[in-house]
Amino acid sequence: MSNPLADMDKPDVIFCIGTNMTECHPVAATRIKRAVARGAKLIVADPRRIALAEMADIYLPLRVGSDVALLLGMAHTIAREGLMDDGFVADRTTEGRDFVEHVLEYPPEWAESITGVDAKLIAEAARWYAKADRGAIYYTLGITEHICGVDNVQSLCNLALMTGNVGREGTGINPMRGQNNIQGAGDSGALPNNYPGFQDVLDPAYQAKFAEAYGREVDLELGPTKVTALDMCGDRIRAMIINGENTVVTDPDREHCEHALRSLDHLVVIDIFLTETAQLADVVLPATAWAETDGVCSNTERRVQRLRKAVDPPGEAKPDWWCVSRIAQRMGLKGFEFESAKQVFNELCSLSPIYAGLDWDLIEHGEYHWPVPERGHPGTPILHKGEFENGRGIFQMIRYRDPAETISEEYPIWLTTGRRLPAYHTRTQTGRSAGIEYLLSEERLEMHPADVSKWGLEDGGWAMMSSPRGQVRIKVEANDRSPPGTVFASFSFNDVPVNFLTGGGYDPITHTAELKVCPVRVEPV
Amino acid sequence: MSDNSGNGTGFDFEITLDGEKVGVRRGESLYEVSERHRKEIPTLCYDPRLDAFGACRLCIVELDGARNPVASCTMRAEPGMRITTRSARLDMHRRVLMEMVASENRDTDVDALSGYASQEMAVLLDRYEARTGRFAGARSGRSRPDDDNPFILRDYENCISCYRCVRVCAEQEGDYAISVMNRGFETQITTEFEGLLGDSACTFCGQCIQTCPTGALADIKALANADVPGETKKTRTVCPYCGVGCSVDLLSRDDKLIGVQPAMDGPANEGALCVKGQFAFDFVQHPDRLAYPMVRGEDGELHETDWDTALDRAAAGFTAAVENHGRHSVYGVASGRAPHEAAYMMQRFIRGAFGTNQIDNCSRA
Repeated sequence: MSNPLADMDKPDVIFCIGTNMTECHPVAATRIKRAVARGAKLIVADPRRIALAEMADIYLPLRVGSDVALLLGMAHTIAREGLMDDGFVADRTTEGRDFVEHVLEYPPEWAESITGVDAKLIAEAARWYAKADRGAIYYTLGITEHICGVDNVQSLCNLALMTGNVGREGTGINPMRGQNNIQGAGDSGALPNNYPGFQDVLDPAYQAKFAEAYGREVDLELGPTKVTALDMCGDRIRAMIINGENTVVTDPDREHCEHALRSLDHLVVIDIFLTETAQLADVVLPATAWAETDGVCSNTERRVQRLRKAVDPPGEAKPDWWCVSRIAQRMGLKGFEFESAKQVFNELCSLSPIYAGLDWDLIEHGEYHWPVPERGHPGTPILHKGEFENGRGIFQMIRYRDPAETISEEYPIWLTTGRRLPAYHTRTQTGRSAGIEYLLSEERLEMHPADVSKWGLEDGGWAMMSSPRGQVRIKVEANDRSPPGTVFASFSFNDVPVNFLTGGGYDPITHTAELKVCPVRVEPV
Repeated sequence: MSDNSGNGTGFDFEITLDGEKVGVRRGESLYEVSERHRKEIPTLCYDPRLDAFGACRLCIVELDGARNPVASCTMRAEPGMRITTRSARLDMHRRVLMEMVASENRDTDVDALSGYASQEMAVLLDRYEARTGRFAGARSGRSRPDDDNPFILRDYENCISCYRCVRVCAEQEGDYAISVMNRGFETQITTEFEGLLGDSACTFCGQCIQTCPTGALADIKALANADVPGETKKTRTVCPYCGVGCSVDLLSRDDKLIGVQPAMDGPANEGALCVKGQFAFDFVQHPDRLAYPMVRGEDGELHETDWDTALDRAAAGFTAAVENHGRHSVYGVASGRAPHEAAYMMQRFIRGAFGTNQIDNCSRA
């Protein structure tokens, strides 16, 4: 997030797009609810009538995968009606003139033809956001899990840039991160293109820095993303180590994924349970879990916080960092003689410019938002204040593209996937916590009542859902949260492995899978 | 607009608190000012996260010029006010109030596992020596033993109608799942149509449990561990679920995790939690946990083994891959759920041991 969670109470206009926050980030959603109660206006764009949509002043029920068109229509209105923050655009951005010309090609009426949302609503939403003293954008995977995920994010950035809704309290572009430390995994350098602290692996200065720090030559080229790596398994890639990810259930196109992992010569999995992925491994190492591990995590607002051990782990389980460093030692490598989480974290701080002002002891109370570039620096709750890190904000000329697969006679229904409040991912944790099954005991396909009868199905009855990649048996739930023509399911239940179906396409830049759009056929069984 | 009468300390004006001049920020209640000066004014209906309510009347203070004591939680401080937070008269009022409050409660000793604020009434009863049964007799509130939800105990016989649960659900959560039925002695905390919580707008975030000062609403999962021997230890950490990063206090006895309470001073959540953070903690000590390393045997199955064997086997596989297929034959996937140290070590291993950038985390799925 560009702005802290505490800012969520402060905007006049809140624009939530592709974020089912009350279910996926419930505590953050309480701040939105309070802002709305205080009088803030809420605009919600989502294909499903989620709880946030019920609260919204303007609800934009767009067709799955049509976000770019919606955002172009909004940008058009803002440009055409002279609602841009001209001072901000002049002082802090580039390409503004080209951008205005670009978006004038895409009026809301055009956007309506793609998104299915009333052009008047699109224009009104644009006006509200542009006229706000403090307009804030919140988004989640509904924006990123598309073949055009990067385009979607850049379209949101364009809106913020043209209205000056960035770099100030109560504004910003705010992705809600989905896992407790997914932000921290990136911060720590577990990325094919960045060293710790997002230092570019192609920059010779950083290459030299890490060659010296790690005492060996470093790779001068980008690594492949995990998605690409799975395609290379059994070919270029022969040995893999996976820490705490149930890859075969969470990733799209499960059959492909299982085949990839099976074709490795060597698979090491470090986890707390014998997951479906761990069952494919040659070596499984038992990790200490949350509540058993001292460590550090970063939340969605870049707040660096301590995790603390409360109880001993079962048997001989060990911290993940210990497992990995001991494999390295067994390979006869030097430089892996770490004895504590503190020592590991402090090394990370010493090599990461965004953590340079931090160490294990300084984060005791969790008050720092990175970047903290030097000792004594108070941290950076709000990014892009006064100037952007790279100088000026650059408008991007984004064009709408159809999803990788679109509905057809054979696959006439849009499937979109997501999460539900009581379940977390593949339920390795929530499925093993007493009582959660009282709230959610099985997977159900959410389908509009009109579609239930249209396809000859029954509320509560079984159906077979198919895509070009596979099929799953799933119970149908008639529910008007999803619009006619669109169905929804989560991937939480292993007995309804929805990710056998998904995976029609990937964003060309991030390789994020298009998990939010998958044309399917649903038939009675 | 500060007139700086508080000596440049950010205060707007002064009042006299127990004979001492103290600074006040405009808009502060008498209770808030007194709390800053640790006057330990008793309250039962007060939760600093909620709008002041003025129901329990325990927070009364003497205000010069007013005939009767005033509720300090709802009274805004005004320049020049002179207030007294402790006196024989206030003590007498508070004791009578406590005796009346306690009279309709079946249990005045409440298990601390019930919830974060569950001891508030019991503590005040002791402080004012009010356990007399002086007003014993009629009781109000009907419990809901029929509610079969696995998280929230609804023992309204211990309810004192402070409305904290109703207010936290509305003001803090925005869920409006619980409401108040009837008035006076007939007051009953309930849900829409007097139904079960599971059929209401309740999301089982547990905030009502944690703000209840009497244990009338209580944490069923924590109370199930009431018989676990040992002192309850609290450990501050961060929730393992989404990226909001809510601070929690883990409750444990010896090596058993027995519950979770929200950290009221948690910077990201300020006391709020959701159903997962509040209740989905016991996966940690589930019997399915991996406790020993495993390696795949010649029979094709995974078998438990010792660390030496497992680490040697893990190392040998990587060494062989590099020898036979080069350094780009290795790939590492870090977790978005494990701490920084795990992700950092994974990338250090892949980059430092092999000299390749073939490392990623699970954020693309």
